[in-house]
Amino acid sequence: MSQRVVIIGAGIVGAALARSLSRDGHHVTVVESGVIGGGATAAGMGHIPVMDDSAAQFSLCNYSQQLWEQLAPELPIEAEYDRCGTLWVAADVDEMAEVERKHQYFTSRGLPAEILDPGGLTTFEPNLRPGLAGGLRLPGDRVVYPPVATKWMLAQAQTRGTTLVYGTVTAIGLDRTVKATLPSKRDVIIESDTVIYAGGCGGRALIPGLEIRPRKGHLIITDRYSGFVHHQILELGYLKSAHGSDQDSVAFNVQPRPTGQLLLGSSRQFGVDHSEIDGPLLKRMIDRSFEYMPGLAKISAIRAWTGFRAATPDSLPLIGPHPSIPGLLLATGHEGLGITTAMGTAELIADSLAGRTSAIAPEPYFPSRDMAHHG
Amino acid sequence: MEMYDVLIVGAGPAGMAAAVRASQSGVRVGVVDDNPDLGGQIWRNEKLKPKSDESKIWFERIRSAEFDFIAGTRIVGQASENSLLGERDGEPIELGYHHLILATGARELFLPFPGWTLPNVMGAGGLQALVKSGLPIEGKTVVVAGSGPLLVAVAAFLKSRGAHVALIAEQAPLWRLGSFGLAVARDAVKRRQALALRAETKGIPYRTGTWPVEALGHEHLESIRLTNGRSTWQVVCDYLACGFGLVPNSELAGFLGSGIQTCDDSDPHPTKPVQARVVSVGESIGIGGLACALVEGEIAGLLASGQVDKARELIPKRTKDREFATVLAHSFALRDELKKLATPDTIVCRCEDVKYSALVNYSNFTSAKLQTRCGMGPCQAKVCGAATTFLFGWTDVSLRPPLGPVSLATLAKVQQPHPKVG
Repeated sequence: MSQRVVIIGAGIVGAALARSLSRDGHHVTVVESGVIGGGATAAGMGHIPVMDDSAAQFSLCNYSQQLWEQLAPELPIEAEYDRCGTLWVAADVDEMAEVERKHQYFTSRGLPAEILDPGGLTTFEPNLRPGLAGGLRLPGDRVVYPPVATKWMLAQAQTRGTTLVYGTVTAIGLDRTVKATLPSKRDVIIESDTVIYAGGCGGRALIPGLEIRPRKGHLIITDRYSGFVHHQILELGYLKSAHGSDQDSVAFNVQPRPTGQLLLGSSRQFGVDHSEIDGPLLKRMIDRSFEYMPGLAKISAIRAWTGFRAATPDSLPLIGPHPSIPGLLLATGHEGLGITTAMGTAELIADSLAGRTSAIAPEPYFPSRDMAHHG
Repeated sequence: MEMYDVLIVGAGPAGMAAAVRASQSGVRVGVVDDNPDLGGQIWRNEKLKPKSDESKIWFERIRSAEFDFIAGTRIVGQASENSLLGERDGEPIELGYHHLILATGARELFLPFPGWTLPNVMGAGGLQALVKSGLPIEGKTVVVAGSGPLLVAVAAFLKSRGAHVALIAEQAPLWRLGSFGLAVARDAVKRRQALALRAETKGIPYRTGTWPVEALGHEHLESIRLTNGRSTWQVVCDYLACGFGLVPNSELAGFLGSGIQTCDDSDPHPTKPVQARVVSVGESIGIGGLACALVEGEIAGLLASGQVDKARELIPKRTKDREFATVLAHSFALRDELKKLATPDTIVCRCEDVKYSALVNYSNFTSAKLQTRCGMGPCQAKVCGAATTFLFGWTDVSLRPPLGPVSLATLAKVQQPHPKVG
């Protein structure tokens, strides 16, 4: 049955929701306070990997990656959808053990994966330093330029009658209404059957008890150096460093853009609410990249910036009914995987509104789950 | 790291004046500039061959001043609370300071019109700089177009180098130039400069209310179409030197969170200078011309070296010279027709080849940038930012470090100032 749905937030999650729900015949209104795809969506690298930190994370990523692949032929060229694959780099024997484990995990689930020895690593990525232990190549992973993909998905929804409202949501009512202040300073109340919150970190002020917190990250974009790297390359030291804890941490993460530019990450910081560049952390991030790819030192950077991702205590997104507010669904807390998992999120929610069985089990992402014993 | 009592960014007239005055008190002064020599844009290559009385006087003064000149060094950001980070020959360099004077000058405003990206269409100041660096111009036909007093100075220079300047096309209508003429006539120095320029440009037609609508050519510029709003005509030329005025280089001040000037401009008759650790002077705070840049540089140099009384004496002159900024802005205000020159296919962002048609439906720079890559290239919107502000009224052109392209090794040393509280 067709519903009136209000989606709060026109990031990639909100846009994917609008696209799926308008396809299913719902009357969708999207409310955005800033710029389409201008929040966490613009602060991500646009990597579409399959991650395996937990079974639930794997399922959502894997399902979402398949949905991206189905969408790919329709995407505009400016969305820069690119099948560059991921290359996980192992620095030592411990990390090679992780390569073996991941290889087993992915191949047993039908995903292509290839173990590289040091020679293989050099063949695929000659700019990695000599002396690394090896790596894991996942040719199925992709990258996309998220802001354009977001706007395109929203535009698809708009051709099916979705309305986009620029305004700041000030309250979500218990009676399935959304109160918003328009740029003209006028307040409006939008009535609906279902409200979906897809707005990221800002939701903490709007939804009491929402278990997300901002995780700050830094990114750098360089001038054009076509062919300097070929895959999205990440270090497996990620697993051993503080990247899993609350301390500030950095990891080597570089991505080739179709423009020939390099996108360089990554940093993780909790408990910071200003968007300024953190000099010492930026330095650590850059120095870390030199440890893996010394040639980066001479490469010209043109911009550095920061962004915030919405993180949950167990690193899984919140997808499904709010535990206590009737008519409110959550689609937030995607942390660093929102570009990938926006697609699966949209289908899970569309299925729940349509009463369909989903392709993957939705329960692990329910906001009512117990998040305390994880992570 | 070198530590300076007074560090001056920019070695144009304002920076030179600041260095001269600050060094008189015996403090340690450093001047940093990305050019190989003193003079900035306007006095480029004039150290040995000054072209005006002012330039002669200031190059003489600076010759006897004690200071370090850190040449060929681009400032890219802040290294610590008391130091700037620069890059020289690809290597990072850190410059410490107790007082900092930002005399970063201005750049030309480029507006898109069909053909403006053709080879041999250049900025007015840009062509002048190229000729000073050795581009042969003798016997070439040049049209100088755009807006502002710089056009006449460039035309005079090009003529002196043997170019045939076909005409100067000033977009401002004649009636608007009245207040400019009056202000020039009232000031002895400006009057002398204007008379000299008039003599040097004798024989070059100066057409007011005239602007370029299209640059034509195949591989490179062959001719330019001009209009006065009633008729259009074509002029065959080898070069178009085209600038629509100047844009203050205020980005570094923005990074440092400082737009502080030497005087409080909310007071129409300031008597006391503003004392601050970091001040901005000259064109970088608004286009006010040479005299204004010099006196502001002097005041800042005096203040930074503790010579407050001497600084105070210059305040009335500074107030008068700053008023010229208002006259300039009024006289050379850009006409609305210039917003309509671009066709859908005209490139607006040259770094990323973004066309006018791709931008026209956006309501702010952030959206346009995210969706079209406008302003995302190596210049980081230093060219297209001001153009889109004029064309579309966008005011959210963003500022992100580094100040210019810089090696990752240097970027690793950037320290953003701690965000301002409250």
